[in-house]
Amino acid sequence: MTLTLSDSESQALHGGSGEAEAHGHPDVRLFGLAAFLVADAMTFAGFFAAYLTFRAVNPLPEGATYELELALPTINTVLLLVSSATFHRANAALRQGRSELCRTWLAVTAGLGLAFLVSQMVEYFSLPFGLTDNLLASTFYLLTGFHGLHVTLGAIMILIVWWQVRQPAGRVDASNPFAIEAAELYWHFVDGIWVVLFLILYLL
Amino acid sequence: MTIAVPSSQPQGPSLQPVGWLRYLSFSLDHKVIGLQYLVAGFLFYFVGGALAGVIRTELISPMADLVPRDTYNEVLTLHGTIMIFLWIVPVVNGAFGNYLIPFYVGARDMAFPRLNAVAFWLIPPGGLLLISSYFLTGAAQSGWTAYPPLSITTPAAGQVLWIVSVLLLGGSSIFGAINFIATILKLRRPGLGMMQLPMYCWAMLGTSLLVLLSTPVLAGTLIMLSFDIVAHTGFFNPGEGGNVVVYQHLFWFYSHPAVYIMVLPVFGLVSEILPVHSRKPLFGYSTMVYSIMAIVFLGLIVWAHHMFTSGTPPWMRLFFTIATAFIAVPTGIKFFNWLATLWGGKIALNSAMLFSCAFIVHFVFGGITGVALAQVPFDVHVHDTYFVVGHFHYIVYGGSVFVIFSAIYHWYPKFTGRLLNEPLGRLHFLLTFLGFNLCFAPQHWLGLNGMPRRVAEYDPQFTLVNQLSSVGALLMALSTLPFLWNVIASLWQGARAGDNPWNARTPEWLTSSPPPVENWHGEAPLVLEPYGYGVPIDQLDLSTASGRDLWSGGR
Ligand code: HEM
Ligand SMILES: [Cu+2]
Repeated sequence: MTLTLSDSESQALHGGSGEAEAHGHPDVRLFGLAAFLVADAMTFAGFFAAYLTFRAVNPLPEGATYELELALPTINTVLLLVSSATFHRANAALRQGRSELCRTWLAVTAGLGLAFLVSQMVEYFSLPFGLTDNLLASTFYLLTGFHGLHVTLGAIMILIVWWQVRQPAGRVDASNPFAIEAAELYWHFVDGIWVVLFLILYLL
Repeated sequence: MTIAVPSSQPQGPSLQPVGWLRYLSFSLDHKVIGLQYLVAGFLFYFVGGALAGVIRTELISPMADLVPRDTYNEVLTLHGTIMIFLWIVPVVNGAFGNYLIPFYVGARDMAFPRLNAVAFWLIPPGGLLLISSYFLTGAAQSGWTAYPPLSITTPAAGQVLWIVSVLLLGGSSIFGAINFIATILKLRRPGLGMMQLPMYCWAMLGTSLLVLLSTPVLAGTLIMLSFDIVAHTGFFNPGEGGNVVVYQHLFWFYSHPAVYIMVLPVFGLVSEILPVHSRKPLFGYSTMVYSIMAIVFLGLIVWAHHMFTSGTPPWMRLFFTIATAFIAVPTGIKFFNWLATLWGGKIALNSAMLFSCAFIVHFVFGGITGVALAQVPFDVHVHDTYFVVGHFHYIVYGGSVFVIFSAIYHWYPKFTGRLLNEPLGRLHFLLTFLGFNLCFAPQHWLGLNGMPRRVAEYDPQFTLVNQLSSVGALLMALSTLPFLWNVIASLWQGARAGDNPWNARTPEWLTSSPPPVENWHGEAPLVLEPYGYGVPIDQLDLSTASGRDLWSGGR
């Protein structure tokens, strides 16, 4: 990693006037978001570590169940992966100045996110165990619930961006794409966490 | 690419209230925010100190006669929590970090001024919630570590309020860390390289990495704990098949790095103060940088040395003992570099230097007892005794608090434009130094002889030594009087400081005292050699000279 700025970067950062405008620079803001996501990932890491330890050393009590069906979560995985791709399309459309197309792709992405949440609810109601039944069950709901919260926030972000891209007075466009970039970064992060979660919770 | 903001749009700190009122407002100016952290920190410090007074008064006699045992536990928990989360962490990071870092990188503010203000304003509600829990529901009783199953079985309301407030304070420090990292890496003025930054920047970069990687784990853990209390899950409740040792692992994964979150910034501050008052360049700059990063890495992998008595398997004990011992290496490097900085210097033994030098002595002592504690056989003997209390107060009080005072004597002229009174400062130092050592040195003896910690009653054979310790605490309490008088009276009566009373080279001294809203009156100076002592400052060409020339220049 290079820690020093190239000339053009610092030019952009500090501007000709040398004023404090640098703070709003999208590059710095995306960097800040990335740092936040590192912290967020560590929260998940702590939960994962707890879950794995529970599985390794704490036997389930007599008669307790912890059985997961694979069908729904596999569908969910597909939903989220596809939504990452559609978000990418949305961003690309905006870059080409086609904001209506961008909004369509954003709507599709948000729709996929909502479908994921609905499908997760369906899964919750079909499971034979509840939050307090046993250790693994509790950790399962904790992890999937915490992730679901992230999906919900992400979907809200997408809707906000969708609203901001509207023509003609769009606040987000090809020359000012920060909002969509930030939402996309966040959304990919949420998808990435889901893949890890799917591997550990369902497949391991 | 244009990033200029339309001028019609209100921008930046200039529209904020002025005068002292701005310290009570949602200001976006990093200097105001820094001082907000500092003053808030001191208010909490006095609360925490008063609680320490209650503890030490209780311990004057062997029986629990001043406060009932439950109250003692509440007081103890509040004292520890306040001192860590509302005093040391916000002050050494938030206060000095916010005040100094933008100067050091040559910026006019932090990378995210709004997030910065939010980070500060999470602290008052967090602190008030914690303290009010004592009056509303009864405070938490399970100590600052909140170990289950105790934290699950003691009264729930206070413990839940405790968790909520620690979550708020943790959020505050995560936001702060994001800001520091972005400011240091992304906002340096053109031409300023990483290896030309004042050492405090590196210290804050390391600290912020630790905050970013470890604080979220504590947050997650406390969320699980609150589920155990409120929703009756059994993550950490052995009665429900849960696992208390997992709590300890997760907790110490934060709380060991937390000791570095409390001392790395202090290392940075000392590295700024010593060169100025001994008129010498900081010795071994690059080894100092590498040591900080080594400490960050090692700090992240040694947490289980707190769990030697929790049934950890032998291989784990071995690993964590060795890894802990390794930390002595980079720490030792830093110490020898400080000593080499002082060596042969023109040392001014003013209040700032007295506190910093005392820090070196205390931290060496606390560090050595720390390495001792990392040895399993010894730890098994003194675990949860007063030896541990003595050890960590040498680190947090003899280390961090001493440097906070040192830093205040050093930077007060910058904050206010006035000097603090030296004789009063030395009286403050003398009382603190004597009181501190009288209070905490005897505790090592108590621990070695078997007095457990976190108890309101003890075996009468320990009475005399506890009384000595309490007299020390009384001296420390007295020592705050000259200090308070000094900082308040000097606001009006202090001698005018001028912009650069110490003739220092770091950038914050190259502007007026106190500094203008956007830090510099014109262009920010480009300081490539912040420790360029040896040349008179007016002969120093700050914009073109290379660091090496300045070093060799006058020596
Ligand atoms: C003002 C001078 C201080 C005095 C006289 C004092 C005294 C004490 C005493 C007697 C205890 C009880 C030890 C036990 O029973 O385990 C204690 C605990 C503690 N102190 Fe201090 N202390 C002072 C300052 C500080 C500072 C500056 C910190 C900063 C981090 C601090 C952090 C703690 C912690 C974390 C605990 C453990 C609380 C617990 O076990 O939950 N103290 N202190
Ligand atoms: Cu430790």
